[in-house]
Amino acid sequence: MVEKIAVAVDDLTVAYNYKPVLWDIDLSIPEGVLMAIVGPNGAGKSTLIKSILGIIDPIAGSVAIFGKPYSKQRDKVAYVPQKGSVDWDFPTTALDVVMMGTYGSLGWIKRPGAKEKKQSLEALEKVGMLAFKSRQISQLSGGQQQRIFLARALVQDAAIYFMDEPFQGVDATTEIAIINILKELRKAGKTVIVVHHDLQTVPEYFDWVTFLNVKHIATGPVKDIFNDDNLTKTYGINYKVAVQK
Amino acid sequence: MDITQYFTDYTLRTITLGTAVLGAICGMLGSFAVLRKESLLGDAISHAALPGIAIAFLITGAKDTNVLLLGALVSGLIGTWWIRGIVSKTHLKTDTALGLILSLFFGFGMLLLTYIQKQPNANQAGLDKYLFGQAATLVESDVILMSIVTGVSLLVLLLFWKEFKLLLFDKDYAMTLGFNTKFIDGLISFFIVLAIVIGLQTVGVVLMSAMLLAPAAAARQWTNSLSVMVLLAAIFGMFSGVFGTAISASQTNLSTGPVIVLVASVFVAVSFIFSPGRGILFKQIRLIRNRRELELQKTLYFMYSIVKNHDDISRPHAIRILNNFQGFTKNTLSQLEQKNWITIQGANWSLTDDGFKKASNLYTTNLPES
Repeated sequence: MVEKIAVAVDDLTVAYNYKPVLWDIDLSIPEGVLMAIVGPNGAGKSTLIKSILGIIDPIAGSVAIFGKPYSKQRDKVAYVPQKGSVDWDFPTTALDVVMMGTYGSLGWIKRPGAKEKKQSLEALEKVGMLAFKSRQISQLSGGQQQRIFLARALVQDAAIYFMDEPFQGVDATTEIAIINILKELRKAGKTVIVVHHDLQTVPEYFDWVTFLNVKHIATGPVKDIFNDDNLTKTYGINYKVAVQK
Repeated sequence: MDITQYFTDYTLRTITLGTAVLGAICGMLGSFAVLRKESLLGDAISHAALPGIAIAFLITGAKDTNVLLLGALVSGLIGTWWIRGIVSKTHLKTDTALGLILSLFFGFGMLLLTYIQKQPNANQAGLDKYLFGQAATLVESDVILMSIVTGVSLLVLLLFWKEFKLLLFDKDYAMTLGFNTKFIDGLISFFIVLAIVIGLQTVGVVLMSAMLLAPAAAARQWTNSLSVMVLLAAIFGMFSGVFGTAISASQTNLSTGPVIVLVASVFVAVSFIFSPGRGILFKQIRLIRNRRELELQKTLYFMYSIVKNHDDISRPHAIRILNNFQGFTKNTLSQLEQKNWITIQGANWSLTDDGFKKASNLYTTNLPES
């Protein structure tokens, strides 16, 4: 079976103030997987996503999205940042935030019109937030805010989705709603890459996994590589996780 | 002073127009400074403009307003650039960088001002008016310049509205969408500096940041929409200018700049207290109302817990058994009766069907309806 590579990372090194955060990462992610990036705090999981997306400049290395640099492939990539990275007291509505997902395809100066609004409403519906479209974003719960961010990425209608801890601080209902959407995306042939913290749910939610702790430790199908050996290498302790399935 | 003076007195009309336009542009652009959480940047920039004014005078030897303001613009931009540089290149935080640049530039500016004042050049008198501003020196050409700058910023604002909003809310995301965030950032900063510089003559370096922040802070209280906020801030700023000028013109020896700033502060104070959504007053009222509502629910639930052990829910119970229960007052009882949740006969109360239904659903309303 010939797999198309969605994301290829080559020799990527990132440092803040001389201390390496990511060290010589080589990584290739095949198309169509739902992949978790796991690792301890400070392992560089968010940094990896941000450097792939060009938000952080790496010291060395390169990234290719379907074989081309990211700057040429922006329309194929969508990003869901950490919920805590923005000020939710910003004066705007849920629908308005979701509409921001259309800004990239609109380009400079052009304003979103009826078509963009329709797409955004559909995305809101998909995440079950249509009833909240006119709500000021500070009046949404944490889980609802996360769904808004997800809807904003869905509007981009990309081939690859990067998500930074989408399950952080959300309740069980929202977590299930989100993972169902992610599984739907995979079914539609999309590639979904998620920074994830809860090791217990990795086998249940994801089919691929990357272990990361400054260095790249392993990447592969969950059923092959999600084992005590890799967990120990990543977390430094003998992590007792019963590998299911 | 009477109102006809506004239409007959040329100077007063010019000053009023000038301060109104200035208030509008400051409110408009100040909204962005506030939302970028860079309120203090305005203060640093206006102080950083002082040496530019002094140097422009030293080079040209003339007190042409436009030349001096050009000097202010250049040194304000250098100050902004340095602040950004310090933040991105060192471990220092923004507040430290702002404080450093503010005092460094302002100190240098003061040094130059004292030096200039010791010069024999008779032209030097009055440069210190840039410290606290002097609206009386506004002439028609100044007002025209202000209007042009305001017009251009409004145009840029409308043109890049979408980009500004995106950058203010989520810069990283804007980057991934392919927008040049450095350009948008620079554009916003440039226009904020521009607004500050054209206000220096009227309000002065020391008070300028209030012109920028007060209308925006007041406007934020009244709305949850960015466009309405920017519009309101412009209106608040404009009225601060007009009222401030009128008040200072009605008395002798009242400096216009400080009065405008005080009027703007009144807008802030009123907004903080009286705005319906975020104001202190209505927040307090809502709090008290919620608390009353809760008392009522607590009483109803207590009654429900007594009643549900009986087969007949409308069976009367003595009011006295509520006595040990905190939160029970005559008032709560009559309110419950008004809502048709209970009926009272003499010293007894009984739950109605409505009341029983309400009480049994009281603490399950958070669950989504499936």
